[in-house]
Amino acid sequence: MHAGSAILQLLVAGIGTGSIYALIALGFNVVFKSTGAMNFAQGEWVVMGGMISALLFASTHNIGLACIAAVVIVSVIGILSERLVVWPLRRPNALLITLVSIGLAICSRSLVMMILGKKPVGYPGFSEASTLFVGGIAIQTQTLWIVGLTLVFLLAMHLFFEHTIMGKALRAAAADRDAAAIVGVRVETTVMLSFAIAAFGGALAGALITPLTLSSYDQGALFGFKGFSAAMLGGIGSLPGAIVGGLALGLLEAFGSFYISSDFKDAIAFAVLLAILFARPAGLLGRADVVKV
Amino acid sequence: MTMAPAKAAPPPVSTSPSQIVGAPSATSPASHPVRRRGVSDRMRLLLLWLLMLLVPYVAPNSYVISLGNLFLINVILIASLNLLMGYGGQISLGHAGFFGFGAYVSGILDVKLGIMPWIGLPTAAVLTGLSALIIGIPALRLRGHYLSMATLGWNAILLVMFNRLIDLTGGPNGLLGVHPFSIGSLALDTDIRQFPLVWLVSLLVMIAILHLLQSRVGRALRAVATNEIGADAVGIDSFRTKLLFFVLTAGMAGIAGSLYVHVNQYASPETFGVNGSILLVVMVALGGSGTYWGPVIGALIYTAVPQLLLDYEDAELMLFGLGMLIVLIAVPSGLAGLPATLIGRRFGRRPS
Amino acid sequence: MSEALLKVDSLNCQFSGLRAVADLSFSVQPGAIKAVIGPNGAGKSTLFNMIAGVTAPTSGAIHFAGVRIDTLPTFRRAELGIARTFQNLQIFREMTVLENVMVGCHLHGKVGVVKALLRGRALRDEESAFRDTAFALLDRFNLAAKADVVAGDLSFGQMKVLELARALASRPRLLLLDEPAAGLPQAEAEHISQIIADLNRDGMTVLLVEHNMRMVMSLSHDILVLNNGQWIAEGTADHVRRHPDVLSAYLGETEHA
Repeated sequence: MHAGSAILQLLVAGIGTGSIYALIALGFNVVFKSTGAMNFAQGEWVVMGGMISALLFASTHNIGLACIAAVVIVSVIGILSERLVVWPLRRPNALLITLVSIGLAICSRSLVMMILGKKPVGYPGFSEASTLFVGGIAIQTQTLWIVGLTLVFLLAMHLFFEHTIMGKALRAAAADRDAAAIVGVRVETTVMLSFAIAAFGGALAGALITPLTLSSYDQGALFGFKGFSAAMLGGIGSLPGAIVGGLALGLLEAFGSFYISSDFKDAIAFAVLLAILFARPAGLLGRADVVKV
Repeated sequence: MTMAPAKAAPPPVSTSPSQIVGAPSATSPASHPVRRRGVSDRMRLLLLWLLMLLVPYVAPNSYVISLGNLFLINVILIASLNLLMGYGGQISLGHAGFFGFGAYVSGILDVKLGIMPWIGLPTAAVLTGLSALIIGIPALRLRGHYLSMATLGWNAILLVMFNRLIDLTGGPNGLLGVHPFSIGSLALDTDIRQFPLVWLVSLLVMIAILHLLQSRVGRALRAVATNEIGADAVGIDSFRTKLLFFVLTAGMAGIAGSLYVHVNQYASPETFGVNGSILLVVMVALGGSGTYWGPVIGALIYTAVPQLLLDYEDAELMLFGLGMLIVLIAVPSGLAGLPATLIGRRFGRRPS
Repeated sequence: MSEALLKVDSLNCQFSGLRAVADLSFSVQPGAIKAVIGPNGAGKSTLFNMIAGVTAPTSGAIHFAGVRIDTLPTFRRAELGIARTFQNLQIFREMTVLENVMVGCHLHGKVGVVKALLRGRALRDEESAFRDTAFALLDRFNLAAKADVVAGDLSFGQMKVLELARALASRPRLLLLDEPAAGLPQAEAEHISQIIADLNRDGMTVLLVEHNMRMVMSLSHDILVLNNGQWIAEGTADHVRRHPDVLSAYLGETEHA
């Protein structure tokens, strides 16, 4: 293959995977903003999104409907999860919520395994034609769907946070819990909302990626780590950071596995990630964590 | 403004600073009702470990003794993580990685270079500590989740290495042909022969942790975790303190790894993944983060619960997750604090 | 006159254009109690933070006992002999009262990891020395009975005293007190005031920032008045009280503008 087109091909692949990571990282960031916790259940919602879509597709044969319904269902699961395990905490703090989210992840994974089975599942891409040839490179149409819908979702999130009362309330609660409570923001509701958004983003990622990679119950942890890494890379808690971090990680993996070694793909990605973090501690876009006396 | 008359000029300086603190006053320390917890924790530790010496005698079969060995190795792992996380406030998501690093160092030295396990064990401890030093120097300068991220990344990198450096590690099939510890010509190759060694090392690690906690450096660590600004003000170098304990606890994980690999005479990558690290953090929390006895409970859960749940097959994971959630929601301070919480509630005192 | 213990030379601090402290020079003599006063926003806290090592000066120099300290991190300044208390309390709430003070002894210990692990004579001697020092201080401040209480359970006034005891445990040569009486009822403020006076009689050099004028005027040998980050007046209580610029600063007059 021509060197130039190889690079283009890798670029497309990297942006596709990177968009998925961005969606997961966004979920991670939203929950981090509202609770200060690392949400280990994030990856399980990705798996649920894919597997429930597959189940619904098997009975309806309508991909669009199946995926939309799955994303909605998983969002409801996100809300329920928050009500069941985070809300009952008497003295919630970041570490406790993080730990609880690990328990939530384990239960979610087990439920998925028991109800939806252990076998990997999948369904065809959203478009009839699976591959397009543009300028000498092959692009999977599903990759276009991934990038497009990720953009739509991120744009919607941007509008939500900047222009709706609820979005502003969520940001206010994230900036200063007590102050937000004083001016009448119900902090608990914002935590629930953040779980709903995170589950929505995760499920969307799962529904989008399944046609390319299949989904199985045990992939959640890996998705979670990748999302967490992307979030850290971009600057934890930042919306544009999730996009930049996700794309950077996706591209790193694509180019690393092609030019160096696909066996060591993860190691390369993490090594570069650590190097970037040590050089730019606040992430590519984040602001430094200034500690005041 | 109300203004009182001013004082005269400063008095001449003649007294040395030590006079300000003063010599021990009339009330000598001995007359104060100091709870010397150290002594009693030490006694309890010795008693508990003496009691555990009975395990080989009462165990119905060799399998139970092997679980005893595993439990004691887990005690080392979880107690060291608790020292870092519970007392030092630093969450490492790479403890299983350090455990694996120690296991592979010691195992590879043995299998590839023929170096005896007795030398492999301290080497594993030192090299694991060194690897923590390299990760810790950049990561611990920053606050927040950086140590978590860096250790998670390091663990992920290690796992790839364990899997892919096949010539060295045996890859996914695991490292085979590891020799047991041996004393002269007596190979410690059965569960019952290994037990005394694992028992002794775990006891030494528990004693080491107790001694550290009751010393100047241990107090400095707790001070840094509780209030870094305050610690800074009394002259504690918080970065060095955190780094010191990060390296020390990684070294302890390395010791656990070396024990593990020579006891099982085998190591395979999946034992040492990020999931393992996360579960270790969970065990610290379930047992009681920042309590001396919590890790013993955590190690008991970590060792026994999977065995107890074996019969439930698919539901195993679910029961485990549910149990964990219930403990975290009902007793957030961990099971070691449960008696105190119950007593406190009964007498209407708030648990501290 | 003997050499100054603390010497501040043309110190400046700017926060995005705003001059919090402007070209300030002064010194603290050994054995003195020096107070820094001024209306809100005068730059007292910024000055204090620059001496303690929390805020970096934009320019200028700070010398302590002949050593330039303005670029050193806080813990290095503590090593040189500067101890401080905090306006908003930075005690170790989850540790006991005794442990809080023992942490204050940190700089005077030598037992490292190896000696601690072996738990030999060195560790036991050091622990008992720390304990003695801590109890001596707690006795002096009437906190000995609370030695085993978790510090977070103390009353606000007791916490302030505890923080002072912790600072003294490091046997400092200069004690920085950030509003030691803030938030305390009169009786407790007087208690603190008495402690400071006693310490000073034993030779302790003190630099304090305080709003309680009665306390400042009765305690201090030397008062520095700041307004808008600038030096206005310096001298004895009588001198400062009579100084016209001081009065106008407090009354908010801006004739000289």
